[in-house]
Amino acid sequence: MDRDDSWLDEPRPSWPPHGALEGHHFGAPAPRPGPLTERRVVAAAATLGLGALVGLAAYAYLGPSASQSKRRADAPRLTDDAPGRTARQARFGDYAVTGRSVTIDRPREEIYAFWRDFANLPRFMENIVEAGEPEPGLSTWTIRAPLGQTVKVRSRIVNDRAGEQIAWRSTPDSQIETEGKVMFRDAPGGRGTIVETVIAYKPPMGALGQAVAKLFSAEPSVQARRDLKRLKMLLEAGEIATNVNRRDKANKAQQGGPSVQADLSRSATPTAIPTATA
Amino acid sequence: MRALTYHGKMKVQVDSHPDPQIVNPRDAIIEVTSTAICGSDLHLFDGVIPGVLKGDILGHEFMGRVVEVGPKSTLEVGQRVVVPFTISCGACFHCRNQEFSHCDNSNPVEKQDMSETLYGHSMAGLFGYSHLTGGYPGGQAEFVRVPFSDVGPIVIPDHIPDEQALFLSDILPTGWMAADQATVEPGDTIVVWGAGPVGLFAAQSAKVMGAEQVIVIDHYPRRLALARKMGAKVIDRSQTNVLEALMEMTGGQGPDAVIDAVGMESHGFGNFNLPDTIKQKVGIGADRIGALREAITAVRKGGRVSVPGAYGGMSDKFPTGALMEKGLTLRTGQTHVQRYYRELLERIERGEIDTTFLISHVMALEDAPRGYDQFRNNQNEWTKVVLKPKWEKGRQEEGRARTELDMEAGVAAGPRPAALSTEEALHA
Ligand SMILES: NC(=O)c1ccc[n+]([C@@H]2O[C@H](COP(=O)([O-])OP(=O)(O)OC[C@H]3O[C@@H](n4cnc5c(N)ncnc54)[C@H](O)[C@@H]3O)[C@@H](O)[C@H]2O)c1
Ligand SMILES: [Zn+2]
Ligand SMILES: [Zn+2]
Repeated sequence: MDRDDSWLDEPRPSWPPHGALEGHHFGAPAPRPGPLTERRVVAAAATLGLGALVGLAAYAYLGPSASQSKRRADAPRLTDDAPGRTARQARFGDYAVTGRSVTIDRPREEIYAFWRDFANLPRFMENIVEAGEPEPGLSTWTIRAPLGQTVKVRSRIVNDRAGEQIAWRSTPDSQIETEGKVMFRDAPGGRGTIVETVIAYKPPMGALGQAVAKLFSAEPSVQARRDLKRLKMLLEAGEIATNVNRRDKANKAQQGGPSVQADLSRSATPTAIPTATA
Repeated sequence: MRALTYHGKMKVQVDSHPDPQIVNPRDAIIEVTSTAICGSDLHLFDGVIPGVLKGDILGHEFMGRVVEVGPKSTLEVGQRVVVPFTISCGACFHCRNQEFSHCDNSNPVEKQDMSETLYGHSMAGLFGYSHLTGGYPGGQAEFVRVPFSDVGPIVIPDHIPDEQALFLSDILPTGWMAADQATVEPGDTIVVWGAGPVGLFAAQSAKVMGAEQVIVIDHYPRRLALARKMGAKVIDRSQTNVLEALMEMTGGQGPDAVIDAVGMESHGFGNFNLPDTIKQKVGIGADRIGALREAITAVRKGGRVSVPGAYGGMSDKFPTGALMEKGLTLRTGQTHVQRYYRELLERIERGEIDTTFLISHVMALEDAPRGYDQFRNNQNEWTKVVLKPKWEKGRQEEGRARTELDMEAGVAAGPRPAALSTEEALHA
């Protein structure tokens, strides 16, 4: 907790802080296209087909020459306006950072209040089994980890401005070192609220590392994106979309949602479907 | 329940599945009374749309009776409804803008990654289509779970028979939106590629909207005859040089707006369509855009291009030069059914639009695999297939497209003779 005060209170764009992000600054070398890893090849082939493969191979073969790359590297670069986390090289010192924005057509105060009641988090965050606030300003999350394990994160609310922002930082006794914030601001043109999350975490080693990998780094932006989209569904449409047509196949977003279950038990009609006659 | 199930490329069969249940509060369960096979289903059948899985229930054009409702549904048990093929929440930015097929909240989150990677954005949920659009169990079934049932289904008065209302689910609004996006102005010539159900409804819509001249292009004589019967001029592309004919039929100016109602499986080998076909055949996912290329080449300078025809992947030799140099406007998309269906239901009630002239066959759901096969391989005779879940296997009836055309003189059931007689040529 005595760590030098961080990016949490900086204005947007909050990344990169303190010039931590090399490669995204004036005069730094421009990123070169990465090597043709197997994963990239598979992804490209899957989306673009064989023609693209041939093209990629040709690019790898004919791609920018050494002198071209040098010329590009020497050309001055300006610091652009994109959030730091969208940099091609997104590592900030010891921390990995991920973040995502979503626009939700509800008032700021309402979304803030929903989020601030941490018991709501498991309703839209896939890997959070349980969340609460055992004492004011201290939150605990139980996170699903591989092999049926769970990991507990304890964090202190370090910034809480109603309708605007909630920021947290893990306590020293937490099993994972992480900090993050969620910001709420009016979307232009009366389109509701832009909800932006930024999460930084220190990827630890060992079994815990695995757990974290599952939570964040396996596909951190995918996870954040999915969670925020579920939040949007819940607040705009009142429920989280699913294609399953049997309750026993539904996931926790449908099954676990206490209000949904309560609603269903109040259902005016019997739950059994008349059996079909062929 | 029984439902038409996808088993792989060109393989569908009617299987038993568990009956659907209410899962979310806004759901309703519909007992299907009529459903149809769509040209879009053929893209799935042919395996050219990614993300269709073995075991998926197909079908997105359906109507029926409400048999169960969730606590937040506004429907009542017993009501008769048509269900739009687009699943829309009614509350997001896009739904509020009446762009229902762009709904942000109807495609399950886990299903959105695929289309987000492929298209840059996730698609809305659609019934019985692909997992790109949610993988929702479809309507060629006895029962369907309908999400957001308070904003999707439209209640149909009992005096309107199923056949007249069924196509409000998709192809009728699709044809209407195609004409709407083409923008019909006084004196306009509107040209439609494809005399399938979508093309026929697009042509009828353009006429209702006041087009001076509507021209429909295809190579199936019976489908063209339906277009002619409905008041359009027709071009048989197997006999006529399309581009030349369109210039001559518009005083050398070219059509004001063109509509591609063919989509990604354009027939024929002209127009660079041969390389497209080969690429599609060897499974590298390219769309066949022969009809769209021809349409873009044909349309006049400053003209409008409307594309209801479905595409799913990428294409080669898209005529960017013609698009830019001629200053064209391109409009497309899955249909925003809920934007149009009320007005269209009123027009049906007032008798202003004919919604049954294109039905060629009505058959039992149990025989749907044969329906797919015929609708795909015998397009001249099979123009639109309606399926009945309650009919016993083997029962089949002919629709107006067959009975009325066959009664008319001058419309041969077989292909037209390849060469015109001298007399015909003089009058052509
Ligand atoms: N935008 C939407 O929401 C929406 C909704 C429904 C259908 N669709 C799409 O609309 C298209 C048409 O649907 P349908 O049910 O009428 O299909 P269909 O297969 O019955 O009809 C297509 C017609 O196009 C003709 N055709 C093929 N190649 C041609 C060419 N080069 N020139 C002229 N005609 C040609 C065929 O002979 C056939 O008659 C499909 O791609 C379908 O997926 C889109
Ligand atoms: Zn359809
Ligand atoms: Zn919506």
